[in-house]
Amino acid sequence: MKLNDEEKAMLAGEFGPLRQWAIDHQIKVGTYLKAPDFVPVMQAHIMADTESLGAAGVEWLENWTKLPAEQRQVRIPTITDPRGTDFAAAGKLRQQSWMLDLERRTIVAFEALGILMTDTCINYQTIMPPVRGEHTAYGDTGVVIYSNSVCGARSNFEGGPSALSAGLTGRTPRYGFHLDKCRRATLIVNVDWTPESLNEWGALGALIGRLAGDYWQVPAIVGIERSPTSDEMKHFGAAMASFGSVALFHIVGVTPEATHLSDVAAAPRSLRCYDLGVSDVRALQASYGGVLDKVDIVVFSAPQLSLVEMRQLSLLLEGRRTTIPLLAITSPQVKPDADRMGITAKIEAAGASVLAGMCFYQSYAREMAEANGWKRLATNSAKLTNILGGYGYTPALLSMEKCVEIACDGGRISQ
Amino acid sequence: MSQSIFYANAGMGKNVKGVALVAKDGFSARYDLDRIHGVFSRPEHKLAGQSYKDRVLILDAAKGGVATAWMLYEMAARGIVPSALVLNAVNPIMVQGTALAGMTLISGFDQDITQAIADGASVEIEPNGQRPFIRVVERST
Repeated sequence: MKLNDEEKAMLAGEFGPLRQWAIDHQIKVGTYLKAPDFVPVMQAHIMADTESLGAAGVEWLENWTKLPAEQRQVRIPTITDPRGTDFAAAGKLRQQSWMLDLERRTIVAFEALGILMTDTCINYQTIMPPVRGEHTAYGDTGVVIYSNSVCGARSNFEGGPSALSAGLTGRTPRYGFHLDKCRRATLIVNVDWTPESLNEWGALGALIGRLAGDYWQVPAIVGIERSPTSDEMKHFGAAMASFGSVALFHIVGVTPEATHLSDVAAAPRSLRCYDLGVSDVRALQASYGGVLDKVDIVVFSAPQLSLVEMRQLSLLLEGRRTTIPLLAITSPQVKPDADRMGITAKIEAAGASVLAGMCFYQSYAREMAEANGWKRLATNSAKLTNILGGYGYTPALLSMEKCVEIACDGGRISQ
Repeated sequence: MSQSIFYANAGMGKNVKGVALVAKDGFSARYDLDRIHGVFSRPEHKLAGQSYKDRVLILDAAKGGVATAWMLYEMAARGIVPSALVLNAVNPIMVQGTALAGMTLISGFDQDITQAIADGASVEIEPNGQRPFIRVVERST
């Protein structure tokens, strides 16, 4: 990689050992992925729940906090993805003290590095949405795909170590979705049906993710009949990223880089082309939970709920009573608004729980299952259904309305 | 005689020898693994129930989220980790994670590597030369 004078100085250790490690890490990654040089970034977003970090990762972070402040603090606004707990609800979730200890130590370490503990995967809805053409270093695949596709920003998937590196150096290797050539469509998906519910958007995103196949593929979707809402785009993109490792999509006539198909595909007939419709979405939905007649828990999470989703849930729960656990997980930015507007109170009056700053699958999902006897789970998040199988759950993908109905009927799934 | 050496587009890490664990499926530390016990745990995965510890893991494509970037480091710290990753297609997360963990990774072949090398074969990997490669030392029986 071509380095400028400042980057060479960082690599030589002139800005301290942490920035030296950071740029060395970035050079290793950039060299592997054929980056010619670095690109300055304006924001970084770090995924670092302690289930992922483990004790080894937390100790690794803590070692850097012993450096002088000028050597250890990030250079650009650097924020965090959800944590592994909501401390206020940890007892209810039966999380163990060692998990909370790791979380507390991580927070102390991150704060010492100058990182803003936003604890959210919906920063594009709540903190500071990136603008078209802005280069960023975002963690959380849902954040990256939304920012790239809906906002027209430029980010690769930056795992925790690389997002931290970007925060420390103020730059990232210029490869992948920082480059015009990687933002062109590589496959076309024709749809003859526009989803309505969030779980349908997620299911369609999941199918497109599977078709795409890997990170470097960019689907161009043709046939969506209206501009989706931010929440619909959120579920659509998060599922596509989860099922296919996809980081960028275009919806022709909707997303900013694809007013026309020709904007992102000079020769569309040369690309892979697929047709998807409502029967494909129904088949995917049925593949999750089709054999279940009862669940142990209902979870709304992944991504965290917006204020609009929180309100929708509160309206569905009005005058009802849940008889199995129902968790509604939102961001620390949305939660105070939900409190102030009485939304939290309405949800909790129905017996459900509102949690903030965590995400279900990033919060020791396996251990929570074992501690609480949760094996079968209903959700409207396609992303969550994709992840939880590996944690021992059998998930069902259903609408928010159906999930609420189930939660108020002892977990029974009526056909 | 069938081909025994396969060149990759990129590589990092140390030279490795080991026994291949092969499947035409993806790889994500968060989605696919029981990292405590060192086995594939997602029921739909083609290696479900199999141990990956100290195996040369040969799979199709990196999948899923960003957690793998930390998880490989944590797995390596506990010594319950594949000895190398060999993938048809990487995503940046796999590269970032192996860089932090100090693991061996090669990727990008002119054929489907999961079809070219048999499960159980003894292999060696040299990731750092001009042309990183994996070589079959002894085929599985």
